[in-house]
Amino acid sequence: MAQDRIDPPPSSALRRRLLQGMAALPAASLAPGLISRAARAAPATAAVNSTGLAVTDDAVTVGILHSITGTMAISETGSVEAEKLAISQINAEGGVLGRKINFIQEDGASDWPTFAEKAKKLLVKDKCAAVFGCWTSASRKAVLPVFEQYNGMLYYPTFYEGLEQSKNVIYTGQEATQQIIAGLDWVTKEKGAKTFYLLGSDYIWPRTSNKIARKHIENHMKGTRVVGEDYFPLGHTQFNSVINKMKLVKPDVIYAIIVGGSNVAFYKQLKAAGVDLSKQTLMTISVTEDEILGIGGENIAGAYACMKYFQSLQNPNNAKFVPAFKAMWGEKSVIGDVTQAAYLGPFLWKLTAEKAQSFDIDKIAAASPGVEFKGAPEGYVRIHPNHHLWSKTRVGRARTDGQYDVIYETADLMEPNPFPVGYQ
Amino acid sequence: MFMGYSLGDLGSILAMQGFAGLVLFSVFVLMALGLAIIFGQMGVINMAHGEFMILGAYVTFLCSRLFAAYLPGAFAVYFFLAIILAFCASGLLGMAVEWALIRHLYKRPLDTLLATWGLSLILQQVYRSIFGAREVGVELPGWMMGSTHLTSQIEIPINGLIVMALTTLITLAVYLLIFRAGWGRQVRAVTQNRAMASAVGIDTERVDRLTYGLGCGIAGVAGSAFTMIGSTSPTAGQLYIVDTFLVVVFGGAQSLIGTIASAFTISQARSTMEFFLSGSMAQVLVLLSVVGILMLRPQGLFVLKIRR
Repeated sequence: MAQDRIDPPPSSALRRRLLQGMAALPAASLAPGLISRAARAAPATAAVNSTGLAVTDDAVTVGILHSITGTMAISETGSVEAEKLAISQINAEGGVLGRKINFIQEDGASDWPTFAEKAKKLLVKDKCAAVFGCWTSASRKAVLPVFEQYNGMLYYPTFYEGLEQSKNVIYTGQEATQQIIAGLDWVTKEKGAKTFYLLGSDYIWPRTSNKIARKHIENHMKGTRVVGEDYFPLGHTQFNSVINKMKLVKPDVIYAIIVGGSNVAFYKQLKAAGVDLSKQTLMTISVTEDEILGIGGENIAGAYACMKYFQSLQNPNNAKFVPAFKAMWGEKSVIGDVTQAAYLGPFLWKLTAEKAQSFDIDKIAAASPGVEFKGAPEGYVRIHPNHHLWSKTRVGRARTDGQYDVIYETADLMEPNPFPVGYQ
Repeated sequence: MFMGYSLGDLGSILAMQGFAGLVLFSVFVLMALGLAIIFGQMGVINMAHGEFMILGAYVTFLCSRLFAAYLPGAFAVYFFLAIILAFCASGLLGMAVEWALIRHLYKRPLDTLLATWGLSLILQQVYRSIFGAREVGVELPGWMMGSTHLTSQIEIPINGLIVMALTTLITLAVYLLIFRAGWGRQVRAVTQNRAMASAVGIDTERVDRLTYGLGCGIAGVAGSAFTMIGSTSPTAGQLYIVDTFLVVVFGGAQSLIGTIASAFTISQARSTMEFFLSGSMAQVLVLLSVVGILMLRPQGLFVLKIRR
C-alpha cells in the first residue's frame, strides 16, 4: 500500500501532467536562456532548498503519516482526508512557491514503532519537506526523536495533553489548557455548577487533562469542588457501576474524557440507566462529530462538548470548507475537530514557506511564529512562538442528528500554554 | 463514602448495583458460552471468537438499516430477527472455517491458536474494507433504550433486562442440546474419546463441524446483543476476547457449569470493586486474583474427569 505516490484527485492528475508537459515543450525547444514558465513564477530551486529536500523546479514532496489500518484507523481516516483536500486545494491555486505538492502516504498501522520507522523513511529516503501526521500522543512521542535527529517538520493535528514543545513540530490542535479551562469557566458561570465528577480512559491524555481540570476547579474557581474521579482501561465496556456511583453522588457536571469503543458503551449505558442529558449536565472533550457516528446521536443528544471547531460553525470559511470536503469525500462524511486541525497543517506550512521564501526546515521553524491563516474553517489561527496555535475555545451541544449547536465561544483567541504553571 | 446519604438512597443504589452485577454476569456468560463449547469441548483455541461476535453485530447493523429503509413499520421488532440472522451468519461462517481450516488442526491444538489469530486479522480487515474503519452506529428501537422505574429511585436499564433474558434462553437451549439431546451425547462422546466415538459409528467430522458452528453462532448472538451496550467496529471484538478467555479458563475449560460459575464470580467481584475503587484498579485486582487462583488450581474451578 504504502509506497505509491498518488496525486489527488487521480482523474485530473494525468491531464494536468500532460498539460504541463505540453506547456513545457515549446519552452524547452526554444533557445536556451529562455526560462520556462514554471521557473519564472517560482524562485530558483537552489534558493529555496539548500539542504537537499525533495524539491524540484516544479514540485515539492511532502509526507502523510497516519494509521489507515489497525485500531486507530477509525480516528485517523478523517485527518488523512482533510490533508489530501488541503493539498489538492493548494495545488489548484498554484502550489507552494510555484511548486506543485506531491505527497507520499505511509501507514503507521496503529503501531508506534512502525510510525517511527515510516517517519524515518519519509525523512531520510524520500526527503519530505514536511510531514503531516500522527494522531495519538504515543505515535507522536515515537516519531519525535526521529524528526529531531533528521531535522524534519511535523504538523500534528490532534488536541493533546501538552507538556511538549519542539522546534520540529507544529501543533495544530489544542493543548489541554486551551480545551479545558474556558469550558469549565463557562459551565460554572452558565449552569451554576458546583460539583464535578471526572471520568477518563486510563492513559496519559485523560489523566493529564483531568489533572488540569481538577487544579482549575479546586484552585482557580470559587466554591467548586471535585466529588469523584475514575479511570477505566482502554476498551472498557461496562460502566454500570460508575453510573450508579454517580447517581449516588449526584454531581452537577459529569466531565468525561473517555475514548474509542468505550465511548459508545458509556453513552449507551448512561442513556439506558435513565440519565437524561437534558437534565444532567455532561461535558466532554473527547467526542467530536466523528465519534458520534459510532455512539449514535440519539444516545448523546444534550451533552456539551468543548472543542475549537464544530462542523456546524457559521462563518464564510467554513461555508466553503464543508461543501468542498463533502464533494471530495462523500455527502455523508462528517468533520470533527481534529479533521479541521489536520486541514490547517498544509496551509500553515504553505504560508510559512512563502514567508520564509524557503523550504529549509530551519527557516520554516524560525518563520513559523506569527504566521496567520485567515482562511481557517475555525475562523482565524496564528502560530505562537511555542509552535502551538492561538485559537478560540467553543462549547457545542450535541443534537440528535449527530451535529453540535455552537452555543458559546470565547471572545478572544486562547493562548496556547503547553507548560501551564500552577496546573501540574 | 456513605456519610451523608439517606438509607433510602443507599438501598436503591445497592439494588441497582446488584442488578448491574447481574447484567455483567449475563454479558460474561453470553460471550463465554460459545467459546466454552469451542475451546472447552473441542480444544480449539479460537482467537477469532471476538470477530465472530462482531459479525453478529454487523448483521444487526445491516438489519437495522434494511428495516429503517424498507419496513419502518416493523422497526420496533427488527432486533429479534437480527439475532436469528446473526446466529445463522456466524454459525455458517464458523462451519465454513471449520471445513477449510480447523479440521486439519485437531491433532495440533496449539496451532489452532496461530491459525485462528490469523483468521481474526483477516476478518478484521474484511470488515474494515466492507464497512469502513469507523464505528457504525446501530440504531435500536426506542423501547429498547431507556430504563424502567421500579420505585421512584430504582431505575433498571431495559437493555440489561433483554441481555439477561437472552442469556437465560441461550444457556437453557445449550444445556438441553448438550446434556439432554442425542446430538449432545455424541458431542460429549467425541470430546471424551474421539477414536472410540468414531468406532461406535458417530460421524465425528459432522459432529465437529456442527459443534464449531454452534459455538460461533452463539458468539454471533452475543455480538448482536452487545450492540445495545457497546460499539460496533472492525476491531471491537478485541475488546471482549480477553474477558472471554478469562471466564472460560478460570471456570475450568471443559465444564459448562464451571464457565457459568466463573462468570458469576468474576462479574460480581469486578462490579463490586468498580463501585468502591476505580475501573482500572478493579481490573487489576480481578486479574491478580484470577492469576493467583489459577496458580493454586491450574485446572480451573470445575473439572470433568476425562480420559486423555
